[in-house]
Amino acid sequence: MAYEKRIDGRKFDELRPFEAKVGVVPRAAGSAMFKIGKTIAVAAVHGPRELYPQVFQNPTRGVLRCNYNMLPFSGSGDRVRPGPSRRSKEISLVTEKALLPLLDLSAYAGSVIDVYIELIQTDAGTRCAGICAAAMALADAGIPMKDLVSSVAVGRVGGKIVLDLNKEEEDYEGHATDIATAFATRNGQLTLLQMDGFLTKEELKKALELAKKGCEMIKEVQIKALKEKYKGGNNE
Amino acid sequence: MSNIERDYYLQLLSKGFRLDERKFEEYRPITVEYSISAKSAEGSARVRIGGTEVVAGIKLEVGEPYEDNPDEGTIMVNMELLPMSNPDFESGPPSIHSIEIARVIDRAIREGKGLNFKKLCIRKGEKMWIVLIDIYPLNDEGNLFDAASLAALAALKDARFPAIVNDKADYKEKTQQKLPLEALPLSCTILKVGDFFLVDPLSEEEKFLDARLTVGVLEDGSLCSLQKGGDASLSVEDIDTMVELAIKKTKELRKFLK
Repeated sequence: MAYEKRIDGRKFDELRPFEAKVGVVPRAAGSAMFKIGKTIAVAAVHGPRELYPQVFQNPTRGVLRCNYNMLPFSGSGDRVRPGPSRRSKEISLVTEKALLPLLDLSAYAGSVIDVYIELIQTDAGTRCAGICAAAMALADAGIPMKDLVSSVAVGRVGGKIVLDLNKEEEDYEGHATDIATAFATRNGQLTLLQMDGFLTKEELKKALELAKKGCEMIKEVQIKALKEKYKGGNNE
Repeated sequence: MSNIERDYYLQLLSKGFRLDERKFEEYRPITVEYSISAKSAEGSARVRIGGTEVVAGIKLEVGEPYEDNPDEGTIMVNMELLPMSNPDFESGPPSIHSIEIARVIDRAIREGKGLNFKKLCIRKGEKMWIVLIDIYPLNDEGNLFDAASLAALAALKDARFPAIVNDKADYKEKTQQKLPLEALPLSCTILKVGDFFLVDPLSEEEKFLDARLTVGVLEDGSLCSLQKGGDASLSVEDIDTMVELAIKKTKELRKFLK
């Protein structure tokens, strides 16, 4: 069935309303909140700090450790059981890989930088929102970075390529295609790519172009949020 | 913690000062926000006490009543000290500190008859509501105990039942029906440091405590839970002073749930 109009009335290349805030967890070295539609992610960075047990230390550079977690009440159905799941562990892994290429951790040999991502409310696109928040939190913590990372989902819903699927679209007729992406927009490189569903290679190309545009829009807001915290030399 | 730090703090207290500019019986500014996860949770709230921030969410599930209470529903309180909220907290299963807070809050709500368990029964011996209360600190700058208690009650106040379809909760359809919340058993934690009693400690002040007493208090001033903590003992007179103070302070805390 043709998908002529999006369920929530957006254009096919339109993001849900989104906002960013930096410095939301004062006890952390860096932190940020990213909200897109009804998905709300909070990220906090602790470290660089010594990594134990020592066997996990890297003598040449710091280690990045990400932890993605949905709060038990943040799911759309039953309560999510607390603690790591196979899903959350995989998302933690790909989040690490999405951020690592942009970081210069050479000054932090033997140390760990912990990134904690908590989802307070979810409506699809949670790993992407988590990565957006984490990138800002790392910048806030003063970790040297080549570029920010911005992240958004694209997909095919009822034959149409759409930007930033919400949960209803993900579930559309039971077979929407969902692609999670993250871009370092300055050089246009991808650091996250996951897909489930069907897609032609032409559609993939179109989807990635759309995702990159979405990431560029998100990056502007991320930068603005970072500047907002540090404006007027109010560096607390 | 060194003896020098402790001596300094006790000296400060003897002059009537704390680490910030507050009086011994003074809370930091408190805010309560409702429905912070309205899309996902049946009820939710965020509480800030000074820099401390705690979120709580309620999920409602349909389950089978226990054999010894076939006509009652039940609650479950869970808290985890997120490593995000404090660099000293480690990943892993709930620590003893979070288990203690969750259990004290559970007892206050249960024994203070906060929720009418009978009204959580759907069909005697067959179906009941389980009220799942999850409490998570996002930023810990002290007094998680009171912030968690306030957040749990605010989330309970905010909660609405989902519709029931074929004996299961239909989370897409929320009703306007509130939980049978018949009392607000609020907790207030009093610290004893040296010979001094104070409320709402900063993280730095918590390090110095000799003993603490968390008191669950109902609207009429009667008590519904007690939990003594800390390494030092308390005299009966101490407890009298602390309970008195808790009753006084919960009157103030209660205003934030109106």
